Amino acid sequence: MNEKKEPLLRAENIHISFGGLKALNDVSLEIYPGEIMAIIGPNGAGKTTMLNIINGFYKQDEGRIIFEGKKRSKKMKPNRIAAQGIARTFQNLALFRGMSALGNIMMGRTMKMHANIFSQALYWRFSQKEEIEHRKAVEHIIDFLQIQNIRRTPASTLPYGLQKRVELGRALAAEPKLLLLDEPMAGMNLEEKEDIARYVLDANEELGYTIALIEHDMGVVMDICDRIVVLDFGNKIAEGTPEEIKSNQKVIKAYLGEAEN
Amino acid sequence: MFYRECSNFKDSYASDMAIFPIPLDRWGFIFMLFMAFVVVPLFTSEYFITNIIIPFYCFALAAFGLNVLAGYAGQISIGHAAFMAVGAYASFNLYGRLGLPLVPSILGGGLISAAVGTIFGLPSLRIKGFYLAISTLASQFIIEWVIVHWKWVSGGVFGTIEAPKMFLFGFIPLDTAVKKYYLTLCLMTVLMTFGKNLVRGQLGRNWMAIRDVDFAAEIIGVNLYRDKLIAFAVSTFYAGVAGALICFTYVGAANIEEFNVMVSFAMMGMIIVGGLGTVLGSFLGAGFFVMLPIGINQFLGSFMDVVPADILANIESILFGGLIVFFLIVEPYGMARLWHTIKDKMRLWPFPY
Repeated sequence: MNEKKEPLLRAENIHISFGGLKALNDVSLEIYPGEIMAIIGPNGAGKTTMLNIINGFYKQDEGRIIFEGKKRSKKMKPNRIAAQGIARTFQNLALFRGMSALGNIMMGRTMKMHANIFSQALYWRFSQKEEIEHRKAVEHIIDFLQIQNIRRTPASTLPYGLQKRVELGRALAAEPKLLLLDEPMAGMNLEEKEDIARYVLDANEELGYTIALIEHDMGVVMDICDRIVVLDFGNKIAEGTPEEIKSNQKVIKAYLGEAEN
Repeated sequence: MFYRECSNFKDSYASDMAIFPIPLDRWGFIFMLFMAFVVVPLFTSEYFITNIIIPFYCFALAAFGLNVLAGYAGQISIGHAAFMAVGAYASFNLYGRLGLPLVPSILGGGLISAAVGTIFGLPSLRIKGFYLAISTLASQFIIEWVIVHWKWVSGGVFGTIEAPKMFLFGFIPLDTAVKKYYLTLCLMTVLMTFGKNLVRGQLGRNWMAIRDVDFAAEIIGVNLYRDKLIAFAVSTFYAGVAGALICFTYVGAANIEEFNVMVSFAMMGMIIVGGLGTVLGSFLGAGFFVMLPIGINQFLGSFMDVVPADILANIESILFGGLIVFFLIVEPYGMARLWHTIKDKMRLWPFPY
């Protein structure tokens, strides 16, 4: 069904190497609007590298990225790419530790706020109106993620699970066209995993976000994703629906190793 | 018991985002303004105003400038006194030579300082942390050298020019300490209000994001280069205005020795002792560094007969240094945090359960 649609993002023949290590070797993938796509693979397969290339944190050596039908220039800075509508969370939390949860999520709105420095210094009319308007939007996200009670808590003092949730909130606040989640459930217990899975599904179904995520918990991936791409040692070894992946011999081999003879 | 948030319901985002959401804080602030505008000029001596309060205001302004850069945006500058010097000499020349009115020339000094500061902020686009600190230290020496050797600006090798007679709006002479005091106070109040608005708005959040995790800030859409340079510009603008005010209202002359590297270090000390990334901390730190040495001096003056003067001078430095260490051990996040801890305790007092 997805195949008929034009992909939101198309990565074509991506190569990248760090020194002698070839991190990605001729990887192509598409992300279609409205889907939840997962990138899985053993450790060191190049999953995070792929996300880093998609949001412009790394520049690919070869290959090209096409977002919304337009080829992206290699010189484009990450903040310009963010302005195009790609937001992400990080594997190892990258919250702004000195700010409150509210401040962190407000940061997600930074591209949408246009009051100039003089207007902000006066905090008058336009600037105040804008601040209130975006505060409202942020409050919706706070409600959505059920973190009303920690609004004013400094991010650095929050427990790990809530920090992950705040970071998700920050990415959601940017209202991206494409949301990249790098291991949103890493290091969580079952309950917290279920919570996050619920938020990811709701963000996809109710708010209509397109999501690409990396996750190691196969149960969650198989349950919530529409499509899966499997990487191994920088090569794409499989792609398809959860059912297809489950029975793919190459994938089983990559994860479990090969039985001797 | 007296300080509480109870029955203080916020029914709009505007009231929730006010600077002082708790009424008692608001009244406390109004009380401080009343003290500053009415009580101090009416009931204190001229010596107290010129030698303690005016430099306190000036350094609070300068410390806030450095706080914007180091405390909010996370870009360390240990050459900030040089930008005060730029502001001082620029405003002197604007006023004395070009004949601009007083207030515009003070603000103009700030603007020129901001332009110079932006240029010296360019290295921050490539380097950070200690390396940036060293490059800003270089700015201190470069600017000092240029000011001393550019005779049109500084009027000779000693780098000193006398202040001309000052007139506000062209006809009100600023001759008494109280008039100078009001000029300083008004400018400081207005600029601090603007500064507070900046740091609590989106720009301030961008700065804090750059300070905390710069790559995450960039990925969420912050233009690092632009916002770092704006931080340098705003910061050095405040430093420049503070330098101009020091020369016009406190010293009465522009003297390069007023802005040597020791002053830069003292300003760094002010914001660390006062509290990085807080407006209140800029005031507390400036108060600590301006008033405490005078207080210690007065206190030690009573031992004049018993102890020789040169030893007393050393004891003064030792005491001051010891107090800095003491405050940093008691509260590493600065006196502003100490104040917040006290307020948190007050909330429950006298029934802490």
